[in-house]
Amino acid sequence: MGLNRREFVKLCSGTVAGLGISQVFNPKVIQAMQEGAKKAPVIWIQGQGCTGCSVSLLNSVHPEIKKVLLDVISLEYHPTVMAAEGDLALNHMYEVAEKFEGKFFLIVEGAIPTKEDGRFCIVGEKDGKEITMLDLALELGRKSLATVAVGTCAAYGGIPAGAGNVTGAKGVKDVFTANGLKDKLVVNVPGCPPHPDWMIGTLLAAWQYALGKGPLPELDDAGRPTLFFGENIHEHCPFLEKFDNEEFAETFMDKDKCRYQIGCKGPDAYADCYKRRWNNGMNWCIENALCIGCVEPGFPDKMSPFYEEG
Amino acid sequence: MSGCKPNKAPVAGASSKKIKIAVDPVTRIEGHLKVEVEVKNGKVIDAKCIGGMYRGFENILVGRDPRDASQLTQRICGVCPTAHATASVLALDDAFGVKVSTNGRIARNLILGANFLQSHILHFYHLAALDYVKGPDTAPFIPRYENADLLTDRIKDPTKAAAVNTYGLDQYLKALEIRRVCHEMVALLGGKMPHVQGLVAGGTTEAPSQEKIAKYYARFKDVSKFIVDEYLPLIYTLGSVYPDMFEIGAGYKNCVAWGVFPLSDDNPLDLLLKRGAYIDGKDVVVDPKLIKEYVGHSWFNQSKSGLNFAEGETIPDVHKADAYSFIKASRYNDKACEVGPLARMWVQNAEFSPVGKKMLKDLYKIDATHIRDLGDKAFSIMGRHVARAEEAYLVANAIEGWLKEIKPGESTYTPYKMAETAQGLGMTEAPRGALLHYIDVKDTKISNYQIVSATLWNANPMDDMGQRGPIEECLIGIPVPDVKNPVNVGRLIRAFDP
Repeated sequence: MGLNRREFVKLCSGTVAGLGISQVFNPKVIQAMQEGAKKAPVIWIQGQGCTGCSVSLLNSVHPEIKKVLLDVISLEYHPTVMAAEGDLALNHMYEVAEKFEGKFFLIVEGAIPTKEDGRFCIVGEKDGKEITMLDLALELGRKSLATVAVGTCAAYGGIPAGAGNVTGAKGVKDVFTANGLKDKLVVNVPGCPPHPDWMIGTLLAAWQYALGKGPLPELDDAGRPTLFFGENIHEHCPFLEKFDNEEFAETFMDKDKCRYQIGCKGPDAYADCYKRRWNNGMNWCIENALCIGCVEPGFPDKMSPFYEEG
Repeated sequence: MSGCKPNKAPVAGASSKKIKIAVDPVTRIEGHLKVEVEVKNGKVIDAKCIGGMYRGFENILVGRDPRDASQLTQRICGVCPTAHATASVLALDDAFGVKVSTNGRIARNLILGANFLQSHILHFYHLAALDYVKGPDTAPFIPRYENADLLTDRIKDPTKAAAVNTYGLDQYLKALEIRRVCHEMVALLGGKMPHVQGLVAGGTTEAPSQEKIAKYYARFKDVSKFIVDEYLPLIYTLGSVYPDMFEIGAGYKNCVAWGVFPLSDDNPLDLLLKRGAYIDGKDVVVDPKLIKEYVGHSWFNQSKSGLNFAEGETIPDVHKADAYSFIKASRYNDKACEVGPLARMWVQNAEFSPVGKKMLKDLYKIDATHIRDLGDKAFSIMGRHVARAEEAYLVANAIEGWLKEIKPGESTYTPYKMAETAQGLGMTEAPRGALLHYIDVKDTKISNYQIVSATLWNANPMDDMGQRGPIEECLIGIPVPDVKNPVNVGRLIRAFDP
């Protein structure tokens, strides 16, 4: 039931041994989980997204997604994987929000379009009336214990909010603030997509806080847990020494050199990809190519052009 | 056909009155879709497919560095980002006159190929299967339709029913791991997944090491075994419990495929899955100039209707009368055509896997060596699932070959010079169907970028000529005996993997 201690350590410290557990993870929470504490009820809604965050979540290794779905969270609503459809699905979502008012987690994936009364994203229909993502996010946000904005789109608007957009795409916090929900707890887990560990780890840390068993995870100015987003990529990059020695790659094939001059945005990015790596440790962006700063509030516009020096 | 008869459903919907049903959201797809059907005498007589979400990549790309396109357009879809990256870099290669090296071409095929496998497996198990298999009695597997016509309803013998359902459910869980492993394969050459760094104009960004190729191969063996030993047999077994699913959902029976996985450095039309079209019963050579997008019933400015992508413009208009979708109605030579694994496999009349040939004979008494031997049965709900599984087998075989061809450590990237003014076209396939990106560069910046995606072909609304979109047409005639449990509507839609 839940996660055992070893799984928790792996989750927090990535696959690199010996980094220790963050003080954020209270041993009492681990104990509670081991004793079969009730699963965290989650309603997951999608706006102007690409489902990449959900797909990334499916890539979780420690713990495996099978365990997350069956033992850790109660995924009451998720349009991509749930068995129910249409009215059946929506009615269930509303019932859960009502029954667990103040106790469920709202997860938002994708940006929220605000122009044209939110008509650029319809997420359902009830009693013949269209439900916009804008209205649904506010209604559920109001009722939630906390909202977790997964992915850069939900956190800060992301690509749908890029220059040239006509939909008025915004991140969750902005939408909440503009609509009387300024004081609702929103935790951002950006990334395009976020690493599965960041999403699961943050959800569990927030749940610990909700159970009254620990402090709210420390969040930076951009609302991101410092546990995952507190370190500058550049300052921890394996190629930092090359940067310092001015050994710069001129093409993608110069794998032993710093990627700064071909566009790497590592200096602007805060995340732990350098040690956690991606897809069960197989690779990561800078080893393969370079960093495009996808975890940052300024993604994509402030990171563009991706292949030119910043 | 095997002897499993469906239990008779209560005829709550077989009224001679017209009953309108809306399903919103259609779940277990990627993104947002609503469907509205009119049911009379237990069958669908009219259908509308509604795309209710708009982001506007084509608006957002204007004015940017052309090379950013391959990163930005990946975010159109988190299930098939590699396809969008591929279409984008092909368009950029075309625009800038880049010739990709052999090793670069093969590295690209390995990146895209691994995600084809992931996508097909994800689709059948984690998106479609719950229409047939009964999941555990816990969220998100409940709630489910009361009258769901699942395996456990169809198979009368409760022991056999439980066994077959467990067989399916065990694979659902195993498939969660297998598709994750496919993404590890993609990441080995692509950096991370979803949304790879590795695909760029000129080739790929990392010449794979011997070690990374060995890791890819080790994972590939597990995935390949799963396809042959589990995925393919389950599809054919399922079809034998639902033989009626081979008889419904025909639609127009028109297909287009741009083709994918280049096999040659010099001839771009030498592809693993060929380019072609099959219209009104005839094979047709593809001419991209015959592709048009109509917006008569789409929320876009009507003055831009009926344009080829090279002149395409994307100006949304949410107040437009008679419009009901954000999807443009793409047409080939003014014909509504479906895209996807069935279209691709049909266009080249692909050979069945040995498993497929055997099970078609043993379970269905059908002697078939190639997909066209199935005739009309291919153009059905189950036919599309069969085509997808068979295509996974075909692509897996090709991957095995590419793993032998790739040269560890040899460059996969050809540097190039960006032109100030250029046009480029990239035509490829996403797992769910034909995909093209068109780029227009002026003064070193993107001046126009048009994307004609797979689901645009399948899920589009009625066009200016009053012709329904492919999914809408396929829904006509679909049995809905119980309007409170319209299971076949979702089944039809999901067969297209939208």
